[in-house]
Amino acid sequence: MKQSTTTEIMVGVFVALGFAALFMLAMKVSNISALNDQDGYEVQVYFENAGGLKVRSPVTVAGVRVGRVAAIGFDDQLFEAVVTLKLNPGVKLPADSSASIFTSGLLGEQYVALEPGGAETNLKEGDRITLSQSALILEQVIGRVLFSKASEGVSK
Amino acid sequence: MTGGLARLGRAALSFFERLGRGHLFLLQILAGVPGLLLRPRLVIQQLYSVGVLSLVIIVVSGLFVGMVLGLQGYNTLADFGAAESLGVMVALSLVRELGPVVTALLFGGRAGSALTAEIGLMKATEQLSGMEMMAVDPLRRVIAPRFAAGVIAMPLLAAIFSAIGVVGGYFVGVGLLGVDEGAFWSQMQARVDLYDDVMNGVIKSVAFGFVASWIAVYEGYDAVPTSEGVSRATTRTVVHTALAVLGLDFVLTALMFGE
Repeated sequence: MKQSTTTEIMVGVFVALGFAALFMLAMKVSNISALNDQDGYEVQVYFENAGGLKVRSPVTVAGVRVGRVAAIGFDDQLFEAVVTLKLNPGVKLPADSSASIFTSGLLGEQYVALEPGGAETNLKEGDRITLSQSALILEQVIGRVLFSKASEGVSK
Repeated sequence: MTGGLARLGRAALSFFERLGRGHLFLLQILAGVPGLLLRPRLVIQQLYSVGVLSLVIIVVSGLFVGMVLGLQGYNTLADFGAAESLGVMVALSLVRELGPVVTALLFGGRAGSALTAEIGLMKATEQLSGMEMMAVDPLRRVIAPRFAAGVIAMPLLAAIFSAIGVVGGYFVGVGLLGVDEGAFWSQMQARVDLYDDVMNGVIKSVAFGFVASWIAVYEGYDAVPTSEGVSRATTRTVVHTALAVLGLDFVLTALMFGE
């Protein structure tokens, strides 16, 4: 009997350790925030070009994360990308805020940055942000620079 | 000419026969698993020998694998000026790949070979036949608890391996090489996803536990009941477990992370 109690205790310790490790992986290593993203409100933004934006990319105001990209779709009337942002419930932003797609660092991931406007009313569920600035496509920028350099050469 | 063809045919037939027997055997074990709910003590006993006794090797290997990842990753990432991403690299490699795979390989070597040898010796010394004489089904009494214990223990061991590995990477990265502690954890938390990375790793380890335990108990039960047969079966367990785990890992990775 003594023997089997020791065995049971050791197995108990082992199972507890296993679950503690899983718990640590969930809490400390991964972003548990995925769980409390459930509530909040959604607003839509139209972008000419969504670039490398992905679902679950961060949405920031003044560099602070206030939500995530919930969905990216295509509007076949305007031929523009429709990006649905899910903002945390506590975040209150003026209705005329503007949205831009930026890249964090040279090789970093792309995110949506919101710039607060000056309107009296706040954004609410289902609203649409009208002011938007598309993602910067590196090839287009390089193309534009080359083109302007070339035309400079012609005019001289 | 015909002799060679006949040998080839015989080899193929015996291969498929073994494969078929293995699957029928698996069905029989699975049928015996629900009955274990009434006698959990049998599984606890096996969890001790499969899980608790494997703990030391898992913890030590996890620590060292994490530390090596920290060292190697730092050297490579520092070239790109991204040493702060060390936490991401260590955590993703461990949670997605190394945790489940290395644990399964160690599990096959430590617990799987022991299971095969034990069951093979039980067969060689006619303990299994003895049980049948007493109308005790050895599949339910001996094999099923060992199989269930393996399937339960594997994900827990893999989780412990990954967690200890991350701690090892932290020791080397932050403690030894001077990576910023805040960046180490915050980048890790920003990039590692609970479902896509941690849960997929757990699913992998369950699949590996299933396959490794199945191979171990089958090889033991199917062993030629001589000392040579048991030793061969033990070797086969380790080799087959390693091959099956690595092959299955590719398939699972392609399904989970390939787009």
